[in-house]
Amino acid sequence: MITRRNFLKNTALGLAGAAAAFELIDPKKLMAEEAKDGSKLRWVFLVDTYKCVGCGLCVKACKQENEIPYDANVTRTWVERYVLTKDGVTHADTPKGARDGFTTSKIDLGQGKFKDIKKEDIDKAFFVPKLCNQCDNPPCVQVCPVGATYATPDGVVLVDRTWCIGCGYCIMGCPYGVRFFHPVYHTAEKCNWCYHRISQGMKPACVDACPFGARRIGNIKDPNDPVTKVIMNERVGVLKEEYGTKPQVFYVGLSKEVK
Amino acid sequence: MKNHVFRPLIVFLGIVGLILLARVFLVPKDFGVHERGYMYGWYRKDNEQFWKDFKVKYQGREYCSGCHPANYDVIKKTPHKNIECENCHGPAVDHPEAPPKLALDKSREQCLRCHYPLPYPTSGRSKIRGVDPDTHNPDIECSMCHNPHNPMEGLR
Repeated sequence: MITRRNFLKNTALGLAGAAAAFELIDPKKLMAEEAKDGSKLRWVFLVDTYKCVGCGLCVKACKQENEIPYDANVTRTWVERYVLTKDGVTHADTPKGARDGFTTSKIDLGQGKFKDIKKEDIDKAFFVPKLCNQCDNPPCVQVCPVGATYATPDGVVLVDRTWCIGCGYCIMGCPYGVRFFHPVYHTAEKCNWCYHRISQGMKPACVDACPFGARRIGNIKDPNDPVTKVIMNERVGVLKEEYGTKPQVFYVGLSKEVK
Repeated sequence: MKNHVFRPLIVFLGIVGLILLARVFLVPKDFGVHERGYMYGWYRKDNEQFWKDFKVKYQGREYCSGCHPANYDVIKKTPHKNIECENCHGPAVDHPEAPPKLALDKSREQCLRCHYPLPYPTSGRSKIRGVDPDTHNPDIECSMCHNPHNPMEGLR
């Protein structure tokens, strides 16, 4: 039979047991943990293609900052040139990823072939810088069989070089062609928006190197961030939206020819 | 049930137990998934620090201005004001300790990155004054005549 004495005794015992088994929940601690996992920070990138002149100083800076062998034909970021002629053809090239800029009007067709385009034949022409989109739904993370690539709480996708087995699934999986094998480490390599710089208050090397302000980085969770304001209030586009990857590089002046 | 059915079952359970035990030791402590599950949730928390500790090479113009204030001030008043020192002088890294001398790029190609004329509409490139490198003093460096820190001061 349940007496008052027994009931109180058992309740006290049960509570003591519960406190020992599970740490009692402290709301303050929960809040702190939420802030620590980056709920106030989500990096985004903004590219203004009207401002880009194709000088390639961003590519030069990126390769040296991130120790990508300078003469190897791989790069974390690159600049594409699009030349649309009056006959409706789109010509696009990016010689050496535009590491040395575009110092000829000839379009690089690959395999040592070039095509010269006359000034009067051009309908429109422009430059588009490319870099990792740090997708919200990163397909490269989804396909990694060993869990070596991951998204940080502030939205940047990183690769653990010690854990990567070099299978190349992520290189195939990225619809933007951002990933490649590092020629020295033989592991998957990608742009990480200079994570070492942005996590200590600096800007990525390409952003600092751009003399024209074509590249900017911001925090989409801060409504007062100038980059956030542009993304929220102006007309911006993303690349390959139909893939459902939720890319986080936003472009001003994107054209349908850009793939 | 008969004994000969149970014996292989025990062996099988033993193997499963061994695999689970090996998993406890072999999977790194920081290996986890976010609340998003296994699809996008891979996480290697310890590796974040590796990327945060990566060496910064491009220090920015404020770093340069500490010792070279004259050059820092003069370029600020010119059309070249937005070009970072290190774009031509090379990454500072730990200069002046290491490297003691930077690799200055004053090639014609460096100037032609912007000053090769490409008449592209809808791009800022068409608004930059350019020269034809094949006819404009092809054998000498641009800086022989033009001061890159102050291109408007006239030829030297």
